[in-house]
Formats: sequence, structure tokens, C-alpha cells
Amino acid sequence: MYPSRFQYESPKTVAEAVALLDQGAGEAKLLAGGQSLVPMLKLRFASPAMLVDINGIEELRYHRFDSDGTLRIGALCRHEDLEKSDIIRQKQPTISAAAPLVADPIVRTRGTFVGSVCHADPQGDWAATMIALNGRIVAQGPKGRREIAMKDFVLGPFQTALEHNEIAIEAVIPAPQGVAVGGYIKLERRVGDFATASVAVALDVVGDKVVRAGIALGGVGSRTIDASDAAAALVGQPLTDATIAKAAELAAAAAEPRSDHRGSADYKRHIVATFVSRLLNQIHSSKEAA
Amino acid sequence: MSSLYEEVSTAPASDVPVRRVTININGENRTVDVEPRLLLAHLLRQGLKMTGTHTGCDTTNCGACTVLFDGRPIKSCTMLAVQADGHAVQTVEGLATASELHPIQEGFKAEHGLQCGFCTPGMMLAAKALLEENLNPTEDEVRWALSGNLCRCTGYQNIVKAVLWAAEKMRAQAGQE
Repeated sequence: MYPSRFQYESPKTVAEAVALLDQGAGEAKLLAGGQSLVPMLKLRFASPAMLVDINGIEELRYHRFDSDGTLRIGALCRHEDLEKSDIIRQKQPTISAAAPLVADPIVRTRGTFVGSVCHADPQGDWAATMIALNGRIVAQGPKGRREIAMKDFVLGPFQTALEHNEIAIEAVIPAPQGVAVGGYIKLERRVGDFATASVAVALDVVGDKVVRAGIALGGVGSRTIDASDAAAALVGQPLTDATIAKAAELAAAAAEPRSDHRGSADYKRHIVATFVSRLLNQIHSSKEAA
Repeated sequence: MSSLYEEVSTAPASDVPVRRVTININGENRTVDVEPRLLLAHLLRQGLKMTGTHTGCDTTNCGACTVLFDGRPIKSCTMLAVQADGHAVQTVEGLATASELHPIQEGFKAEHGLQCGFCTPGMMLAAKALLEENLNPTEDEVRWALSGNLCRCTGYQNIVKAVLWAAEKMRAQAGQE
């Protein structure tokens, strides 16, 4: 299989890339890691007139923490960069837990965090972590930059709030209030498969108390689900058997699974409750150990 | 699709825009004119007649087309040839020297790490990327590193043994130097 013909551009700056997208007038597509886009081009699900390859804009390959603890992930930061990052492991455990579960090891050397969020697949791993972490996307267009909260970024399956002439240049994860704890679990039939169900949990903790909570569910609906009621039930509380059970129950209620070849709706709901409870118990016991 | 491999000419009709790219392949600079939509796997196989790189699923699942791109494993069916301009690509043809097999190749031979052999080039390059970072991997680490490469024959047991065999030999060689 090979893609239909397109004009290929490889700009060296973000401004040049934006100008090309603008010139493309909706018929241009941005190419970053290409691990979703290139298969789509080959299957001819996408046949843009122009491809704007940003891989030459090396300064977009970064992940760093600001002095206040805000995490910034550049548009060319590969999944593998996050998987191998010590600083992410120390300071942002939800992302560290999800990174090794994205696709397979070879796709991870090339695919990007921001590209995956922009692909807006309802079963994507990073969308769930972005929602749980209350992340936002920085978009740059001809008129400058704007920030879009993750909850407003994805409009539907494979649709985002980006204008045709905007580039998502960075993902931003706000600094935690206190200590960031969390995790990500995904049930997949084999490596590289889409999630049967996945759960991202991200908590900010001060002492015993949860001061902020995010719980997001993947693979159990036509979009990534923000289990905000489950998260709200934890805020202001310590993690106990009772608060954990309540959050698991509310998260399962928030899921909108469909029965398919990966499992029945009831089964997927059960998995969601199990994963929420497992993640919260892990957090609880690691805090006790510390 | 009428056949498993489709011809994509590397010398398209003159009205089709092409890009001149130079790719370092197994240590040698190769300069070719490519149509932007040509995939790296197809450039290697049809254009440069380096058929050691296999295309299996053609949908980014199987890993048979794995090559090293600036030292890291990538699926060459999921990268455009133009994107390799100015980069280094290593294929299975670059593993052996004129007189000697690479220890990974020896390992696959010694431990019967292949049956039909279709996945083998991709397996060996994924293994090479692992061993370059970690010359003393556990069995779990080998399985993890190869989890993007599918084999339909072996059940993976002997592939894992082959990589561990190679790791041991490469550690011994490193110790001698």
C-alpha cells in the first residue's frame, strides 16, 4: 500500500510550518511521528494535498519542568523519551506509568505524545492521562498562541478544536498542589492492541489528604471519559477503603462501554471499577511505605 | 491490491515532483530521487533492491520491516523515504561482515530462532537496538523489547534464547577488548 500523491514540505521553524498550513487552506496535514497518520495515508482514510513534516524542527523535541513544577511536553517528544525519563518517573507518575503501554516499543521510538493527543482516538492512552492531569494544549496559528484545556480540545472521535492553520506545539500539565501521585492501567489483549478498558488516575496529595483528583477512562465510550464524580468523591478526603470503594463505584457508573469482541459492557464496567480500586490502593500502600 | 508487493517507481514520470535525498544506508551514502509518497520500506526493497527488509502486514503491526533509524528501531513501512534524508539507516544487510556473521545472527542460527524466517530481519534489528542499550538483559527485558515484532512460527521461545545467546557472546567479546 502507498499513499496518494501529496506535496511534501519540511519546514525548519514553527512559523514556516504555520504559514504552510495556512496556505494549505484545510487541505494540508501536519506530520509528526506519523504512527497513526502514515497508516491512514496508506489506507487512504486520509489523502491531504500537502504534508507538513515538522520532524526537522528539532527544538520541539523536549519535555521539561518549569521551576514551579509545570510540565511542558513539546510536539516532537516521542513516547520513548517519556518512557525513559527519570525526571518524569520522579515527578509525574501517571505519565510514567502510561508511557510503556502506548502501542509497542518500536512505534514508541517514533510516535509523539502531542501527536497522539491530536489524533483524538477515543481509545488513545494519552488523552486519558491528559484529562486526569487537567492538561492543556498550546496551539500556535497565524495570529499567535492560545491555550486549549484538554476537556475542550477533543470535539469528537478524531476531531479536535485546532484550526486548520494551527499547530499543537506543546502539551502543558499544571504543577501539582503538593505531591503528584497516580498511575495508569490498561487491559489489552496483546501488545499494541487498543484498550479493552484503561484507567488513568492522577492525584495531588498534601499529607494524608487528596487536594485534587482526576480520573479518566479509555476504551469505554465513544470518547475519553472524565469520571469527574468519582474524582470529586476523593477531594478533601484521605484514601481509605471506603473512599476508594466509592470512587471505584462512581467511575464504573461513568463508563459508557459497548459490548464488542473485546468484552461485554458489564465486563468492561467491572474492569473499570477494579482498575480504579487497584490504582488507588497502590497509591495508598506506597504512601504508607514511604 | 493485486499483489503483496506493489511497484512504486523510484524514477517517476517527469511531471511528478520528486525530491533528491541522501540516506546513509549501512554506512554508505545513497542518493536517490524519490516521490514523497514512497515509503522507506519500498525504497529499500524495490528501489535499492535490498530485499532483506521484509514487509509483512504493511499496517504498522508486525515489525517485519523494522530497520534502525539513527540507531533506534522504526517500522520502515510507516516512514516516508523522504523523511530519511540526511539520516542513517541500518538494515539486516548491514549486520554481517564479508567473513563473519553478527553475534545476533549466530545466536539465531545456534538457538534455531527462526522457522520460515520472515520476521527474522526485524527481530534481529530490534534485538540489536536492545543490546546496544543493555548488554545484559533479562529474559523479560528481551520479551519486552521484541513485543512489537510478530512471529507466527516459533512461539518466540527460541527467538528469546537466540537474543540471550547473542548477549552472552557480545559480553564475552566486550570483555576481551
